[in-house]
Amino acid sequence: MTKNFIIAGALVAALAVAGCSGKKNVKPAAPAAEPYGQSTTPYGSEGYGSGAPAQIGGPSAQETAERALSNNIVYFEYDSTVINSEGESVIDRYASYLQGNPAARVRLEGHADERGTPEYNLGLGERRAKAVEASLLAKGVNANQLSLLSYGEERPAVPGHDEASWAQNRRVQIIRQ
Amino acid sequence: MTFKKLLAVLLVLVAVPAQAALEITVSGGDVAPLPIALVQFQPTPEVPLDVAQVVENDLVRSGRFKALPRGAMPQTPVAPQQVVTDGWKAAGIDNLVIGQLGKSADGYYARFFLIDTVSGQQLLSHQFSVKSVAQMRTVAHMIADMIYEKLLGIPGYFNTKIAYVAASGYGPARNFQLIVSDSDGEAPRVLATSREPILSPAWAPDRKQLAFVGYNRGRSAVMVYTLATGQVRTLVSEPGLNSSPAWSPDGSKIAVSLSFENNPDIYVIDVASNKRRRLTDHYGIDTEPAWSPDGSKLVFTSDRGGRPQIYEMGAEGGDPRRVTFEGSQNARASYSPDGKSLALVNTDGGRWRIALLDLASGGLKILSDGPQDEGPQFAPGGAVIIYATQGRAGGAELATVSVDGRIRTRLRQAADIKEPAWSPVVR
Repeated sequence: MTKNFIIAGALVAALAVAGCSGKKNVKPAAPAAEPYGQSTTPYGSEGYGSGAPAQIGGPSAQETAERALSNNIVYFEYDSTVINSEGESVIDRYASYLQGNPAARVRLEGHADERGTPEYNLGLGERRAKAVEASLLAKGVNANQLSLLSYGEERPAVPGHDEASWAQNRRVQIIRQ
Repeated sequence: MTFKKLLAVLLVLVAVPAQAALEITVSGGDVAPLPIALVQFQPTPEVPLDVAQVVENDLVRSGRFKALPRGAMPQTPVAPQQVVTDGWKAAGIDNLVIGQLGKSADGYYARFFLIDTVSGQQLLSHQFSVKSVAQMRTVAHMIADMIYEKLLGIPGYFNTKIAYVAASGYGPARNFQLIVSDSDGEAPRVLATSREPILSPAWAPDRKQLAFVGYNRGRSAVMVYTLATGQVRTLVSEPGLNSSPAWSPDGSKIAVSLSFENNPDIYVIDVASNKRRRLTDHYGIDTEPAWSPDGSKLVFTSDRGGRPQIYEMGAEGGDPRRVTFEGSQNARASYSPDGKSLALVNTDGGRWRIALLDLASGGLKILSDGPQDEGPQFAPGGAVIIYATQGRAGGAELATVSVDGRIRTRLRQAADIKEPAWSPVVR
């Protein structure tokens, strides 16, 4: 429970600070379909109305797909490159997206927490990016859709110096190009 | 092409205000600091810098000197014939520094005298001439070096530079600066700014160039910055990591860690020809190479044994020998100027601390408290190690510690300060 909460919080925080392109595509839950016949604009007074058309039936398939991709961060344990089940589900969704969109490209950006030396942590960030790459390749993604970059400890998602902060900083971000 | 863009991204020259704050703590030990008095040099409106104060700060910061406060001075002589030795002897001062500043026909001068109040002799007397008044700060550091060497018998290290990286902000607002300052943190000059990380500044032995790691368009690169011209050239930018440059003592080669042949290994690149040679080939992370002072050996960090430890090998490669065994991890080693010991980062699993390894005995001495100390490097002369540490406010600061662990200083600035590199002395 607590852990899920932290990770959900981490994701929100990371998205907020990363300002990644995924965020603007996350629409608030659709305010359901507007019921027929309750338009506040009297029919005929302004033609067909100037507002956006009412949305019927919830988010489109594309929106659903975008929402799945908005979760683009795979987290890691300390000094580890092991991908947990939550990470695998993030990777699964990207694997489907990349296979369904052969022209799409993503960059796998590896990060480490601040512990250890900056130069060694570049190596650790690269290892994590490679672990995600290997998982995507194993799921059938084409290698030329992927590129890797390690930032080591240089671009923390959050500034703290405690385990909760470090957990949010040990990550691979999947960035659509 | 990408290189031009890179210049546009990197080379924004900015003047930053000097806001370094220095904090010195001296703890324990038997060696009493040497009393000295530095009288304010005869002031002149043309030279606004208090040269004697800069000299005093240098000497006190070394931990080897204790300065008499100006308010406790028996007199304020500016020429040797004005010195009344009895008053100084009564104040416990054997070594007195006095001097004059002024404008000459084609610039400015500073003249100083180091006087032994017991014998009445002049131990040193020297006049410096400079074209620009801004060079007076350098003159002050040169005076400090001369006094330090005369009284202690070992070379000073004050007329040197420190290169470091300042990072501020988070997320897309994060900004990195490559900065060079005087050894006391004053007169900082921003060489490059970037939205992408800057790491690992490393001085060429002639102090005319700096190698560092930057990023451009989804790639890292080892770049070389020429201080006189501000030009940057890319030494290497392969796919994967291009990291951790270290100049050979003769300046002809740069050791780096590259991962384009699968995972990070140590390579040596010839600076003139850009030809490179691979020195390690292992599935572990091999990084942070550093040359021995005679250029015959390299140490580097490798996790080939499971956790990061320090290994030493010949500068031509060959079988590496593990040299660290204490603590759960050791990293980022660099040789002392005499080649007999290594400064490194040691962790027991909790705290990351600076330590000194004696290569002959294998003995390890912890010099700092952590919790997050990084990037140790010897100052010229080898009496002091500089490193980056986590400050009380949370950000990173630069700190120094004497090799006996006794004297510590901190240099605080308004950004995360990391990756210090102390320049060689140029005489």
